[in-house]
Amino acid sequence: MELLEPQPLIFEKSRPGARAARFPAFADGGADLDAAVPAQFRRREAAGLPELSEIEVVRHFTRLSQLNFSVDTHFYPLGSCTMKYNPKVNDRMAALPGFAAMHPYQPAATAQGALELLDDLEHLLCEICGMDRFSLQPAAGAHGEFTGLLVIRAHLKSKGEGHRNKVLVPDSAHGTNPSSARQAGFDVVTVPSLPSGQVDVAALERLAGPDTAALMLTNPNTLGVFESRIGDMAAIIHRAGGLLYYDGANMNALLGLARPGDMGFDVVHLNLHKSFSTPHGGGGPGAGPVGVKAFLDPYLPVPRLRRVEGALAWDHDRPQSVGRVRSFAGNFGILVRAYTYIRAHGAEGMERNSRAAIINANYLKAKVRARYREAAPGPCMHEFVVVPDEAIARGIKVADIAKRLLDFGFHSPTLSWPIRNCLMIEPTETESRETLDRFADALTRIADEAASDPEKVRSAPHRLPVRRMDEVAAARNLDLRA
Amino acid sequence: MDYVPNTDAELEAMLREAGAASYDDLIAAVPEGLRRPGLQLPPPLSELELSREIAALAHRNTPPGQALSFLGAGAYEHFIPSAIDHLASRGEFYTAYTPYQAEASQGTLQVIYEFQTLMCALTGMEVSNASLYDGATAVAEAASLALSARPGRRALLVADTVHPEYLQVLRTQLSGWDCEIRTFPSASGALDPEALARAADGSAAAVICQNPNFLGRIEDMARAREITHAAGALFIAAVNPLSLGLLMAPGEYGADIAVGEGQPLGIPLSFGGPYLGFMTARKDLVHKMPGRLVGRTLDSCGAPGFCLTLQAREQHIRREKATSNICTNQGLMALRACIYLCLLGRQGLREVAEYCARAARFAADSIAQLPGFSLAHPGPIFNEFVVACPVAAERVCAELEDQGIYAGLPLHGCGGPPHHLLVCVTETKSRPDIDRYLKALAGVSHRAMGRQVGIDK
Repeated sequence: MELLEPQPLIFEKSRPGARAARFPAFADGGADLDAAVPAQFRRREAAGLPELSEIEVVRHFTRLSQLNFSVDTHFYPLGSCTMKYNPKVNDRMAALPGFAAMHPYQPAATAQGALELLDDLEHLLCEICGMDRFSLQPAAGAHGEFTGLLVIRAHLKSKGEGHRNKVLVPDSAHGTNPSSARQAGFDVVTVPSLPSGQVDVAALERLAGPDTAALMLTNPNTLGVFESRIGDMAAIIHRAGGLLYYDGANMNALLGLARPGDMGFDVVHLNLHKSFSTPHGGGGPGAGPVGVKAFLDPYLPVPRLRRVEGALAWDHDRPQSVGRVRSFAGNFGILVRAYTYIRAHGAEGMERNSRAAIINANYLKAKVRARYREAAPGPCMHEFVVVPDEAIARGIKVADIAKRLLDFGFHSPTLSWPIRNCLMIEPTETESRETLDRFADALTRIADEAASDPEKVRSAPHRLPVRRMDEVAAARNLDLRA
Repeated sequence: MDYVPNTDAELEAMLREAGAASYDDLIAAVPEGLRRPGLQLPPPLSELELSREIAALAHRNTPPGQALSFLGAGAYEHFIPSAIDHLASRGEFYTAYTPYQAEASQGTLQVIYEFQTLMCALTGMEVSNASLYDGATAVAEAASLALSARPGRRALLVADTVHPEYLQVLRTQLSGWDCEIRTFPSASGALDPEALARAADGSAAAVICQNPNFLGRIEDMARAREITHAAGALFIAAVNPLSLGLLMAPGEYGADIAVGEGQPLGIPLSFGGPYLGFMTARKDLVHKMPGRLVGRTLDSCGAPGFCLTLQAREQHIRREKATSNICTNQGLMALRACIYLCLLGRQGLREVAEYCARAARFAADSIAQLPGFSLAHPGPIFNEFVVACPVAAERVCAELEDQGIYAGLPLHGCGGPPHHLLVCVTETKSRPDIDRYLKALAGVSHRAMGRQVGIDK
């Protein structure tokens, strides 16, 4: 098990004079360094970077990688994060030199393949979501939310309704929703949920009013329940003069099954690193394209693609635009991956994905509900939430269950959100029945252990390279660098 | 094609075991009128067909490498050692999520901790976060941080030599904040200390300068920092991290926050992204920093390890009171930068930086010798400079493009004069490459000057 042992920091492996990469000197026969960069502008002390040979660097990072759980190695049922399989062809396409080596400012005439891909991706996303236009510039989901809210604000201002400063957010919403609304300059009003997990429509009706800018909604919501009264909610918000914003974090349930645009949503953001299979990379990069109905098109970020005499070019002349939200053309390499994914599937593949994701979730829920109470009884969409009542009654925390799951080789579900003491489980469509069975068995066994050997659960994990990390101490005695 | 492992028969059986008579039972909550819109998408493709079709799109592009490119302007062509692609494509890194479950994510966590350490060493600052989206949003996040750290002050002063896209993103990102963004003018392509001193009044929360600046000039950051601090504002330095192999580090000149675009550190150009925003700062600002932080701690048996820390700043805990809305960041790009810096080490990074500085100086001085060409802003440079051309820069580019050379970025599109061309030279350009470029420019010079002589007659 030597490979699974923690590794010393790379700085501890450094040896003076050791080298990996070497570079030639510039053969100019002229300008010495002092002439090029006078000493007053140079650093006084060399940066304290480590010194190693190439094999040492390769071994260090290879071994570090082996300390991770990942989709390629483990079941990763993190609710609302859609940890589905990341097809390898996506990465191969993004790495083609014809894409990966492109400079963002190279002349448009030499970039038509890339621009066509972006243009085509925009149209595909419009079709999948039932929207009219998409901006591919935002770099992540939260960035897309922020951009979409700026678009809403710009639209309201242009109508002389800049006074609308409230964004309604259900209490079950992702934390980024209220945070993005605040960053965009709105005040946040929380909308309560019913015990069933659905939005309290009566409360929404009371809260919506002349100061309402928008309602941000995730559908299916974070309990994995489809907001069936979406038509009523859309009517309430639109009647009040606000707009309807769709948080696409849970779009994996709806691919080919239903479209936010048909439900009355005016603005949509997608997380391409969730529903469209681009890898999470240990925390990014993602991409968070924003789709809008036609009346909001003038406000999308600049630049936009425009076809002039058959060729695509960037159009910066968009006076009503909210402006630029990211440098260059967004996370292009991620967009290539998502495009590849959509082209692989076509319409029937999309629908098959959401169908398999929904069946997997309901199958797994049925397998565990004897020992874990369903937060929202009845069929779920692509994910579900359960509460381990038995274990909690014995003083076990959901975090203990999560850590014990690691011992069985499963990543933890999302914890204690959107309700207290819960597990939010999203199996995705790319897991086999056999994996789901093993996971259900592990959960059942942990429920048993909570009664027979609670200390074993409380002190988990036992089989990982490290034992439970002291997060409280980490925050108290900050150690953020070597 | 899809990636669903269960067969249709298995899915049917699972459906029944879940207690449903049909799939439609499971989706009953979706109103019938909304169901199955019948998407009009191109037909599904096998991996073979897919590869063929998408490769055809890639073939329609002519990237640097196939052309000899002198484009920079915030995105730089650098050599990427083979080991980076190899290590960063390991599925254990690539397909992992944000390391919320510390015990199952020690690899990612240690990488981020090492990245934080390396970025602190490089910038000479005390704390680093785990990454931001890109250089432009990093500048905007630094500005937000400064506004929170200097309550009561609502002006942000930005040098007009900062990358124009950074300024655009700053304006957009802070458009919902109660603040005022003012630029102050440069003199001959570099910071004008007097203009800064005039602009820096008691309302200034921060001053933002870039080094090297958008026009390639090395700035007197130490002087700008002095003026900024005399006005009681925070000094934000936007820097090219690769230049710090040679140039003075933000910590050495007393910056409060250093940010920048990490793309030069082993990240492919990829038509603009994914890239790597980074932020390092003084220790006392850490509680206001945006984004994730990794800390070293002990496990329950007293063994060292890593976990995310100070999460109370973040959106999933604080919701609308968070320091930033950022969630997904650029983790995999931070891994690439981390590996790059370890492969190069202190010697290698200095070699690359020195190569850039010498080669760019050589190219700049040589171009200035060509009849009709001159340097728009003489003075110290790192890897970039502005050439004043005898004809419109766009025409220079068009002529050289025909010879397979990207001459640089015409500054007309960024509000500069029509004959100004921003030229970048990195270690990817050998002496023969530069000679080929000079020869091509000499041709432009010859034709332009010839024409002028003709007119004189």
